[in-house]
Amino acid sequence: MRCDFADSLLQGYFDGELSGRRAAELERHLRHCAYCATELVDLDLLRDTLQLAQLYEPATDSLRRKIARVGTIATTSTASQPRLWHWLVAAAALLFVAVVLGRLGHGLRGEDYQAELAGEIVNAHVRSLKPGPVTGIASNDERVVKGWLDHGAGFAVPVHNFANAGFALTGGRLDVIEGRAVAVLVYEYNWRPIDVFIWRTREQDSTPRTGTRRDFQWIDWRNGKMEFCAVSDADPADLEQLHKLINGST
Amino acid sequence: MSELGIEDRERFEQLVLPHVDAAFNLARWMLRSRTDAEDIAQESLLRAWRFFRGFQGGDARAWLLQIVRNTCYTWLEKNRPMELSMKFDEELHVQTSATPETLAMVGDDRRRLTVALELLPPRFREVLVLRELEGCSYKEIAAITSIPIGTVMSSLSRARRQLYSALTHSSKGACP
Repeated sequence: MRCDFADSLLQGYFDGELSGRRAAELERHLRHCAYCATELVDLDLLRDTLQLAQLYEPATDSLRRKIARVGTIATTSTASQPRLWHWLVAAAALLFVAVVLGRLGHGLRGEDYQAELAGEIVNAHVRSLKPGPVTGIASNDERVVKGWLDHGAGFAVPVHNFANAGFALTGGRLDVIEGRAVAVLVYEYNWRPIDVFIWRTREQDSTPRTGTRRDFQWIDWRNGKMEFCAVSDADPADLEQLHKLINGST
Repeated sequence: MSELGIEDRERFEQLVLPHVDAAFNLARWMLRSRTDAEDIAQESLLRAWRFFRGFQGGDARAWLLQIVRNTCYTWLEKNRPMELSMKFDEELHVQTSATPETLAMVGDDRRRLTVALELLPPRFREVLVLRELEGCSYKEIAAITSIPIGTVMSSLSRARRQLYSALTHSSKGACP
C-alpha cells in the first residue's frame, strides 16, 4: 500500500532537505516501511538516469548572439566593455517606449500588464490560503470590517455583506500588490473563499475583464475611482454575480 | 530607464548575467521549445534589467528565474492557454499520453526522459526542472514558484513517479 510519507518527507529526505532529527525519524520509518524503502531505490535510479541523460540545456549561441546584438548580455569577454551597456540602456528605453505605446493602444493597459497584475493578485490569494500569519480581521460585521480596512488602507473601502445572496462576508485583510497597499474583502460562497482586492485608481470605470491563472478565476473592473479584482477557484459565473452585487451597491 | 547608473550596470553584470544558462534552461523546459525559449529568455533579461531597482539583493538566480517563470506563464496564457488549464489526471495521463508505445519509439533514455518530462503538466515540470536540472533547494523553488514547501515536495513526488513510470513502462515496451 502506498505510504503517506512517500509524497512528502521521503522526498525531503532524498533531497537532503530534512533536519537531522526528522531525517533520523524517517530512517526509523524506512526500517519497517517496505513501500518507502522501495520508493527510495526508485528515486535513486531515476536521479542516476536523469544525470546520465544530461537534460540541462545551456543558453544557445544564437541567444547569446541575439542578446549581444541588442547589448543585453555581455559574455565574459565583453562584460568589461561599457559601450555595450549604452546599447542595453537604449534597448531597454526603446522597449519601455514600445510598452507605453502598446498600453496606450490598448486603452491604457496592455494584456500583458493585465496578466501580470492578475498573476500577482492570484499569488496573493494563494498566499492567504496557506496557514500562517495574516494581517486581517475575521468578522461578518460590515462596520467592523470597514472600520479596520479604512484605517489600514487609507481610503473608504466599500464593505457589504451579501449573505442573503449566498456571499457571506467573513473578514478583511491588507495585502501589497505592485508595491501598494490593497484592501481585501474575504467572502465565502458555497464554502469556497473569494477574495476581492480593492485599490484606488485614477482611471475611468470599465467593464469587467476575466481570466484564469493557476487554476484560479479572476474578474477585474473599475468603478467610482476604485479598481476591484475578485479571485477564487469558484465558478466564473459566481464571480460575475458578486461583481454585479458589489457594483449595484457602490 | 536611464536612471540606472553605472553601479547598477556593474551589479547587474556580476549578479544576474551569470545565470543566463539557468534562464534559458528553465524557459526551454517550460515552453518545450528552444526557439520560444530564446525569445522568452531575452525578454526576461530585459525585464530583469528594468526591474533591477526592485532587486533587494539576495539570491539573484532565484530572482531572475522568478521573472523567467512569470514571463513563461504569461506567454503560455496568451499562446497556449490549453496547456495551463489542462487538469492533471495521473491515471489518464499515464494511459493516454506517455504510453509505452509512444515512448518505446523514441529509443534511448535521453529522448524518452525528454518526452516524459515534456508531458508533465507545467506545474510539476517546473519543480522537477528546478530541482533536478538546476539543483535548487526547496526554499529557492518555493521562492521562484510562489508555492509552499509542502506543495514543492508533493509536486516533486508526483513528477518523479510519473517520470519513473514512463521510464520503466517504456523499457518494457521496447523489448520485442
